[in-house]
Amino acid sequence: MGNIKWDEFFITGDPLILGAQVSIALTMLGVLFGLTYLKKWKWIWREWITTVDHKRIGIMYIIAAILMFFRGGIDGLLMKAQTSRPEMGLLSSQHYNEIFTTHGVIMILFMAMPFLIGLMNVVIPLQIGARDVAFPQLNALSFWLFFSGAMLFNISFVIGGSPDAGWTSYFPLAGKEFSPSIANNYYAIALQIAGIGTLMTGINFIVTILKMRTKGMTLMRMPMFTWTALVTSGIIVAAFPIFTVALALMKFDRLFGTHFFTVSSGGSDMLWANLFWLWGHPEVYIVALPAFGIFSEVIATFSRKQLFGYKSMVYATVGIALLSMVVWVHHFYTMGSGPGVNSFFSLTTMLIAVPTGIKIFNWLFTMRKGRIKLSSAMLWALAFIPTFTIGGVTGVMLAMGAADFQYHNTLFLVAHFHYVLIPGVVFAVFAGLYYWWPKMFGHMLNERLGKWHFWLFNIGFNVTFMPMFFLGLNGAVRRSYTYSAESGFAPLFLLSAIGSVILAAGFAVFCYNIYWSIRYADRNISSDPWDARTLEWATASPVQHYNFAKLPEVKSFDAFWQMKKNNEGLTLKDSEIEEIHMPSNSGQPFMMCVIFGVVGFFLVFEWFIPAAIASVGIIVGLIYRSFDYNDGYHIPVEEISKTESTWRNEKGEVHKHVG
Amino acid sequence: MSANVNTSLPLEYQTHQSRMNILGFWIFLGAEIVLFATLFAVYAVLYQNYAGGPTHQDIIMIKEVMIQTLLLLTSSFTCGLAIYEMRRNNVKGLISWLVITLLLGAGFLFMEINEFIHYIHEGATMQTSAFLSSFFVLLGTHGAHVTLGIGWAIIVIIQLIKRGLTPVTARKIFIIGLYWHFLDVVWIFIFTFVYLKGMVG
Ligand code: HEM
Ligand SMILES: [Cu+2]
Repeated sequence: MGNIKWDEFFITGDPLILGAQVSIALTMLGVLFGLTYLKKWKWIWREWITTVDHKRIGIMYIIAAILMFFRGGIDGLLMKAQTSRPEMGLLSSQHYNEIFTTHGVIMILFMAMPFLIGLMNVVIPLQIGARDVAFPQLNALSFWLFFSGAMLFNISFVIGGSPDAGWTSYFPLAGKEFSPSIANNYYAIALQIAGIGTLMTGINFIVTILKMRTKGMTLMRMPMFTWTALVTSGIIVAAFPIFTVALALMKFDRLFGTHFFTVSSGGSDMLWANLFWLWGHPEVYIVALPAFGIFSEVIATFSRKQLFGYKSMVYATVGIALLSMVVWVHHFYTMGSGPGVNSFFSLTTMLIAVPTGIKIFNWLFTMRKGRIKLSSAMLWALAFIPTFTIGGVTGVMLAMGAADFQYHNTLFLVAHFHYVLIPGVVFAVFAGLYYWWPKMFGHMLNERLGKWHFWLFNIGFNVTFMPMFFLGLNGAVRRSYTYSAESGFAPLFLLSAIGSVILAAGFAVFCYNIYWSIRYADRNISSDPWDARTLEWATASPVQHYNFAKLPEVKSFDAFWQMKKNNEGLTLKDSEIEEIHMPSNSGQPFMMCVIFGVVGFFLVFEWFIPAAIASVGIIVGLIYRSFDYNDGYHIPVEEISKTESTWRNEKGEVHKHVG
Repeated sequence: MSANVNTSLPLEYQTHQSRMNILGFWIFLGAEIVLFATLFAVYAVLYQNYAGGPTHQDIIMIKEVMIQTLLLLTSSFTCGLAIYEMRRNNVKGLISWLVITLLLGAGFLFMEINEFIHYIHEGATMQTSAFLSSFFVLLGTHGAHVTLGIGWAIIVIIQLIKRGLTPVTARKIFIIGLYWHFLDVVWIFIFTFVYLKGMVG
């Protein structure tokens, strides 16, 4: 079967990987044992695995994303350790290749995107005053397909070998000719499975936002986070099919010997680069835009002012989305497209700085004369502005085609995109997590630990990546596992490595904060602890599974703020309660996750007959779904009125501050 | 999320959930357009890279392709008739026209598969050249969609027989109709840009 040698099935011989294998095995045993010991199997199946509740799906996305952050972060630390001194022997060149590849893929596709999609899941239906997304079961399927792809990708380093051609997997390197092992199949197949889930998410959120807004919530009254989620979903629908095709063609080349991207028989390796970045650049904005939305919410709330220039924010978001489709060539100026093409793409790329600049100024003006409260969430937003601007300004430097010949493929570029992605995405999800944590769990994250987390992570981040700009300008190339002592790079590399340790310490504090808060944080908090402005705060924390007993009515932007100010719509009379219709749980999405994982695994190893047999399961799953006429269930009035009385005070009001 | 029923609309649009499903499917078709556009773009880049293998003129069987085109176009028409019967609440007419649609679709598929087998016997395989790789994958993707559409329609017809015409079954039929017309449109592009353009060189 296939071309795998059985003695190479499990990767052996490397102590690092052996350690990972042992720890994976122990963790899995621990989880299985723990669930059995605590008799939690039924609970986890009923409450989580089969759930179609957008809030729980969101939380599962976030947990998975934090785990992936951990994995990707370890990869990052290993790379930093390897380059901390010249001629280090910690990682071989092959191992380094594998690690920067998995790091890049995991951070972008399995950390940044699911983290944001998780927050979108938790928050968007609440912000628009809805009881769930448009297609709750499809939503669960999206999550489980993402999870399937992520797990498939992650086992690569213990079974069969990790992909090693970079997160961009350029041809001809990624082709069969130069990467004969099955490792790069993992890239093509795992991302394909996760990508289907993402596409479904995009469709789901567009329909949700267009069709499920509560009464009075016009498009131009939607909170900024909802707007960015809508636009991001649009980019997903426009860009992900390109990646789907590119990955499929990659599989055809690798598995069936076609000639799309090969050098021989008329294929075109540049075709891959174009397709990849036609998706890849919009992908950057898929993760950046919702992050901008989070900052908008956080900055408005903690400046206690309405978001400045709301309309221009909306137009800027749409403008960025459109421009993001016409800049992809800036990733390969050096590949000889000629000065005309390069100039065009330089121009479009620099144009993106305009709407982005508008956003930056809007945030600054929102804060101007605001009564700023320096909560942990706000700290991330404040730090975002200057650091992201560094990322943006270096981006404009890279955008100039002629100048890029100097920067291309150096650590300058690596520093640039980390300065965009870490402030632009990671800071945002941290801000969002501190901000919405009480909404999700009914208690806050510890603010003091939050400050430690913030300062360590921030200082660590800057110390890690600032030196890389200078290393890059001095000629240190990216994706290189070592350098000589004569190069003179050693001091800056060492400084950068020290920074990454501080950064890791920040992440550790973050994990400890989660642990501490779950155990000890005060449960007796207001449902609106930040005195916030949008509808997700108009209901209980943690949110009841039906979200709103009575759907709120919106009369203006910052709907909840207005409701509090005018003291209207906050109360709930028993007579107003009606039965609520909710969708039923389903095990089908999880089964699809398992089946897709099995099919994917067989395909990775090029065992076509087992793969074909297993994919019958996919068809059965789809048919099962088609015949499923389960129409959900109704929550009786008494149950609603009981639930509501547990969190509303005597007057039937939500807590309100507004000052 | 109450039923929110509006009986003045056609059956398939009556519930809020159905309206959302139909909008969602339109957006899905948008994604499908991007998918096929990408495949067309790939074909446009590679279509002259024969790598010493057969060219368009060497292999294309234009007569068979004309018949395929006719079959598929007719099936789109009969699919329209099916929806027309659905609007008239005529379940029997609806099912009959749907079955005819699927038979025409199956005829198309049968001919396409024969065409592919013929090419392969001529030594024109997916592995021969970049042109043929892109040719087979573009056509194959369309063919796979038609296959999927047929299977899916059969399943929905079974539900239609079991449950009669309800807002849910009507919506499912309507969505399949959209899908089927979409595949027809894609075929028109394939016919024009792959076959006709290939014939003139
Ligand atoms: C948490 C701390 C992080 C550290 C210490 C870190 C470190 C690194 C290092 C050392 C490299 C490779 C440099 C080289 O080319 O030799 C790299 C590459 C990369 N990183 Fe990170 N990174 C971190 C976070 C992130 C995040 C949050 C993202 C994305 C959201 C990200 C995305 C990438 C990508 C896409 C690459 C390129 C991979 C490739 O060359 O194929 N990183 N990172
Ligand atoms: Cu780009």
